Amino acid sequence: MRALCWQGTGKVDVETVPDPEIIDQRDAILRVTSTAICGSDLHLYDGYIPTMQKGDILGHEFMGEVVEVGREVKNLTQGDRVVSAFSISCGNCFHCRRELWALCENSNPNWRMLATMFGFPGAALFGYSHLYGGYAGGQAEYVRVPFADIGLLPVPEDLDDEKVLFLSDVFPTGYMAAENCGIQSGDIVAIWGMGPVGQMAAVSALLLGADRVIAIDRFPERLRMAEEHSGAYAVNYEETDDLVEFLKELTGGRGPDSAIEAVGMEAHSTGPGGIYDRVKQTVRLETGRPTALRQAIQACRPGGTVSIPGVFGGVIDKMPMGAAFAKGLTFKMGQTHMPRYMRPLLDRIVQGQLDPSFIITHRLPLEQAPEAYKVFREKDDECIKVVLNPGP
Amino acid sequence: MALQVREKSGARRIRKTLTVLRSAEDLYGYWRDFEHLPQFMDHVESVTVLDDKRSHWVAKAPLGQTVEWDAEIHEERTNEYITWRSLSGSQVEHSGEVRFRPASGDRGTEVSVMIRYVPPGGRVGATIAKLFGEEPSQQLDEDLYRFKQIMEAGRIPTIAGQPHGQRQFLAAAMQRMET
Repeated sequence: MRALCWQGTGKVDVETVPDPEIIDQRDAILRVTSTAICGSDLHLYDGYIPTMQKGDILGHEFMGEVVEVGREVKNLTQGDRVVSAFSISCGNCFHCRRELWALCENSNPNWRMLATMFGFPGAALFGYSHLYGGYAGGQAEYVRVPFADIGLLPVPEDLDDEKVLFLSDVFPTGYMAAENCGIQSGDIVAIWGMGPVGQMAAVSALLLGADRVIAIDRFPERLRMAEEHSGAYAVNYEETDDLVEFLKELTGGRGPDSAIEAVGMEAHSTGPGGIYDRVKQTVRLETGRPTALRQAIQACRPGGTVSIPGVFGGVIDKMPMGAAFAKGLTFKMGQTHMPRYMRPLLDRIVQGQLDPSFIITHRLPLEQAPEAYKVFREKDDECIKVVLNPGP
Repeated sequence: MALQVREKSGARRIRKTLTVLRSAEDLYGYWRDFEHLPQFMDHVESVTVLDDKRSHWVAKAPLGQTVEWDAEIHEERTNEYITWRSLSGSQVEHSGEVRFRPASGDRGTEVSVMIRYVPPGGRVGATIAKLFGEEPSQQLDEDLYRFKQIMEAGRIPTIAGQPHGQRQFLAAAMQRMET
């Protein structure tokens, strides 16, 4: 089959590799019909995630048709149309039983590496380095899905791929970020980073009863998208001297009731703070550039919640813990507990409450994935979300 | 990492505890059938049960060799603990225990393993060191984690046999040196 393989920092290629086979009786094999490039794939592309190997197949947002199932997968049959969770969960451990699926204790073959770094091994991910299990990803014609009885959600035939594909990651991730805010009526939710997760967090915040969303980014097309689909008040942070003060002005001096940090370890910023972080990260003294997180803490109103769907991986500097403590903030974060959200959000799509496909800006065949990564990386051509089609 | 204690006598003890989401009865039952142990003890090739108390162990050694010993159960209490020791004259002199204690609430069972061994000297010692790995505590950690995976998820997760693109170890190593 053809598959997108990581070659090294800043380089990916489509290669011919062997087709995947059932290795374990809880596996399924999918013929991938649609797959997307995630913002977090850029962390791999940019070389910020250790333990990648040349030849690793990327991709954790995918859906397709079941072509084979292991004997122990009782809830799926050949021909089923399914969306896959980006993370892999066993369904049997303490955390899976409590629906904390992202904290699965049994899905990662390299649990020791993660446990050494973070003191605890989390769930494995598709196509996301050997630290996260080394499972081959879905930017390919076929993919092996382990623990397929847990991570695959059957979807109705009459919904286009594009309507349901984002149940694989960004819609549940944005939704959980909004849910983590504990939104109450009248709440104003500020969101840093209007990429696909930020867009999904914005529409989810409205679904959950927020009064208004403030969208923060520096790319006009992303801000326009948030205005159009979430009625957001758009703030281009490059056009303001003091974003935190600006946000207070927008909220009657209170600050937003919740702050969602949908940026993660590669935040961009203006001013000396941004240069400080960039230098430290380049020489690997710091593993993230937490500008947006710092701003979120400073802006959030006292007693509010900072919700972090943005991915962090190590240590960061100059966290305003004094402000966080003084304001009695609540922090909620972590990888999305996918199976908890996939079915309820599919129901919302089926009922027509929303159609997440509005985030798609580029549609390309899998063969053009290397170009797609480049365009997405540079945010050229107003690129926000790329869907790849592996089909003939 | 498992705790390591060096006794004044020169003997070493290593201990590791993990919580497994199964009943003490299930876990004890699986463990007590010693012929199951090679499924999660990486270096153990086979265990043959000789009678109610005694068993014969064969473990992998470097260069395709094996080491063998007999062990006997010293004390046991159903669903609570098993202690064992190697019989005199064994190449690998050690004793150990596994304890199963109900965890608080609905958290399953706390499984504690303690192994005490006297590092032998000479050629046998070198072989044994390789056998248990440079880090016997890491070996214990990994064995116990595999036990948890088998008992909870019914398997040890693996990526062995999945496809990947061209690997170029030399090129990859050189690139790392450049950056």
